[in-house]
Amino acid sequence: MEPTKTQGTEYFHRVVDCQWACPAHTDVPEYIRLISLGRFDDAYLLNRRSNVFPGILGRVCDRPCEPACRRGRVEEKPVAICRLKRAAADHRGDITSRLPKAPAVRNGKRVALVGAGPASLSVANDLLPLGYECVIFEAHDKPGGLMRTNIPAFRLPASVLDEEIGYIVDMGADLRLSTPVKSMRALLDEGFDAIFVGSGAPKGKDLDLPGRRDTDRIHIGIQWLESIAFGHVDSIGERVLIIGVGNTAMDCCRSALRLGAKDVKVMARKPRQFFKASEWELEDAEEERVEIVVNHSPKAFVVEDGKLVGMRFDKLEYDLDERGRIVGSRVVEEVLIPCDDVVLAIGQENAFPWIERDLGIEFDKWGVPVVDPVTFESTRAGVFFGGDAAFGPKNIIWAVEHGHQAAISIHLHCRGRPLTERLPRGVTLSSAKMGIHEWSYSNAFDPSERRLVPHVDLKSRFKRLDIEVELGFTPEQIATEVERCLNCDLQTVFTSDLCIECDACIDICPVDCLTIARNADAPELERSLKAPRLNPEQPLFVSAPLKQTGRVMVKDENLCVHCGLCAERCPTGAWDMQKSRVVIPYAADQSTEAEVPCRKIG
Amino acid sequence: MTSIAKPKILHKGLRRNGLGLTMRDYEGGMSTLCAGCGHDSVTAAIVQAFFELDIPPHRAAKVSGIGCSSKTPAYFLGASHGFNAVHGRMPSIATGASAANRELYIIGVSGDGDSLSIGLGQFAHAVRRNLNMLYIIENNGVYGLTKGQFSASADIGAKAKKGEENRQPPIDPVQMALALGGTFVARSFSGDKEQLVPLIKAGLLHKGFALIDVLSPCVTFNDHEASTKSYAYTRTHRSTAVEADFVPARAAIQTSYAEGEIVDVELHDGSRVRLRKVSKDYDPGNRGAALDYIRSRHRAGEIVTGLLYIDESEPHFHVMNGTTQTPLASLSYESLCPGSAALEALQRRFR
Repeated sequence: MEPTKTQGTEYFHRVVDCQWACPAHTDVPEYIRLISLGRFDDAYLLNRRSNVFPGILGRVCDRPCEPACRRGRVEEKPVAICRLKRAAADHRGDITSRLPKAPAVRNGKRVALVGAGPASLSVANDLLPLGYECVIFEAHDKPGGLMRTNIPAFRLPASVLDEEIGYIVDMGADLRLSTPVKSMRALLDEGFDAIFVGSGAPKGKDLDLPGRRDTDRIHIGIQWLESIAFGHVDSIGERVLIIGVGNTAMDCCRSALRLGAKDVKVMARKPRQFFKASEWELEDAEEERVEIVVNHSPKAFVVEDGKLVGMRFDKLEYDLDERGRIVGSRVVEEVLIPCDDVVLAIGQENAFPWIERDLGIEFDKWGVPVVDPVTFESTRAGVFFGGDAAFGPKNIIWAVEHGHQAAISIHLHCRGRPLTERLPRGVTLSSAKMGIHEWSYSNAFDPSERRLVPHVDLKSRFKRLDIEVELGFTPEQIATEVERCLNCDLQTVFTSDLCIECDACIDICPVDCLTIARNADAPELERSLKAPRLNPEQPLFVSAPLKQTGRVMVKDENLCVHCGLCAERCPTGAWDMQKSRVVIPYAADQSTEAEVPCRKIG
Repeated sequence: MTSIAKPKILHKGLRRNGLGLTMRDYEGGMSTLCAGCGHDSVTAAIVQAFFELDIPPHRAAKVSGIGCSSKTPAYFLGASHGFNAVHGRMPSIATGASAANRELYIIGVSGDGDSLSIGLGQFAHAVRRNLNMLYIIENNGVYGLTKGQFSASADIGAKAKKGEENRQPPIDPVQMALALGGTFVARSFSGDKEQLVPLIKAGLLHKGFALIDVLSPCVTFNDHEASTKSYAYTRTHRSTAVEADFVPARAAIQTSYAEGEIVDVELHDGSRVRLRKVSKDYDPGNRGAALDYIRSRHRAGEIVTGLLYIDESEPHFHVMNGTTQTPLASLSYESLCPGSAALEALQRRFR
């Protein structure tokens, strides 16, 4: 195999699995290290730089980082990255003096942001400190978008939302509540320098089955959650069926329990391994005695005398192939499940009835806007989309990243520069060697298992709708959980010229991820590895030929626990532990050279 | 010194042997040798050999004398028996342990200082007794523990780290063992586990005295340019006379090799050592020729490695001395201490 190219940004960034998986590339190992030092303020601010809402995301993030976490490959459970983020938020002091501030003199550019959800707020967060005037139009009387309307208060308290949204609005955003944008044409006419659409995917999918229109006891999940959030709904029948098994369904079933339902069933069409909901959200629902019923396909709503009495389902049986994919299904029987209310949580879509179709903003055949995946610009120059409004429903952390990228584009657009003139990512490396056997990080492997966040007990939590169930980690739990992090950003950097092939690193490696072998093509080299290559998605590092024998050093990145023992046992310093930092550019980092007159929209 | 211990991580790619144990179960304490010491590689090779032979760690007894090499038994087989003897006296302890329990796998680890100077006499008699043990010499040509003075295995013309030249001829343990009637004589290199591990396996199963002289560079005091026992020198001056593969008893016999190149030597438990002659005219069954070959290659500046001589037919220590089949620990009190009447009878035979 050819020697691995570790120059550039990709190789070492990928090794930090959590940061690679995070859409906003949050520097997870670094903030966990700051927490371990008790530097909660610094950990919070580091988080905020990339994900803008650490307190919110520390509770409700979809956590793409955790399935990617290396710890989950070394043992069963990943590091509780998300809950440590919350720990940083919970234990921070007053950080307001360290937040970015808008300059005293504005730069004269006006940006309209449609919807006060995470995407628009992230754009405002990045542009306000650069002197932009940001006007945020919000249909509801409170900002936050789906973070407030769709996520129940028992998972995300309003106070947390208010505080973190306040950090942005208080920089001087012009937040216009209860001001829905009714016409894009009218908005364009107001002469903004750029428009960002972050209006989300507010339309819940309906289920058009017999009986659907014969009762008012069938609710569309996200609208129903919104009504609860704004206090318009405060009760529900005793027996509730939730249709769908995504994360919205989990919020619906748990909300139903708090509104007085006694028997809540989540009805799934497929077996559990095909569920869309995150495993932890399923666990939280099941802890509250919600019954999850698999293999039931909805057939009809049963309405008698104008009253919903139940729902008919086809009970299905599935055939799976050896890779676990569904290859066939058949109906085994028809069942009637009695209920008083049904909540439909089968997905949502974006909808733009307010955007006229003759403005040069193109939509595809599904009514989704045509948006550049890098610049987030629509087909009309100066009009940008982000969050769920851009590519359909994703999650908060994606919306934040869209916001960052759109802010860069808006900044470039307003200075008349091409949107492709974006700064590249970088990686910096610096040796972590502090002394003969000292490293600048906690390199010892801690075998502790994942800590579990304590919950409010099952008796008290249903008393009110807004009792937060999760209590957050105790200080003892934080101290243990931070040590589970494997410090993947402490890279093993190999200098082939220095190696004397003494085998010391190979002998000491606790996970057998190093091998010195005669170079060969990939399959043969893989056969000679000391431990089998169980995860081909993780790269192999192959060195240049070694001086003494011409063999190569091979490292399987899959299992390395970054304990630094290879570097510790290396007599020549061929292996070194080096702290990497992935440099992610934001709008503020873009060049401020030579202002060019702003291009107008269109 | 290393600041942290090797963590025991049972990762998914970790192999298990016939006993259900992992390599981690055959490791010992954390090495306190210099980073890059050849001895640590020998330790790793011993761990691998015991693991792959499915030997329960508690069936092994590890013995050593004094020196860097003699510290290493602390770093492998943490769950076995062990004895750290005084300088050069490891063979006596090994003899006693072997006599008391012939079922133990006895592995002695010594160095060139321990075996070729103060312990030369003990070493010679262990060979002569054909003691049933594996005797590994971790040979680096210097006294590392006392800061790099030449040992008895240093070559003429080799230079110490500060430039001093050695003028005395070296003692070669391989040639000595051949001359003294050794029945399993091998030489290897700590930087070549592909060669070393099969040799250790065969040596452990050999009935009699198995010597492996392992060139194991001292990374701190003898790995410089003018050294003849450095990693680089050993790699460039090493030649392999015979490649030895270890074939476990349960493996099927494959005869895909050309006639004459391959010789199988069967060990007592049915496993075999498969010798592949690299040098055509070399015969690992001919003691005199082996000695001649090693000497001539040495004159040409080559270090000959491989399984250089093997003879499974010579009687070993237990046969020659009629030791008990049952370990002393398993004998009843009555047979170990048969009483004064039995003592009387014994003494009468000498009157």
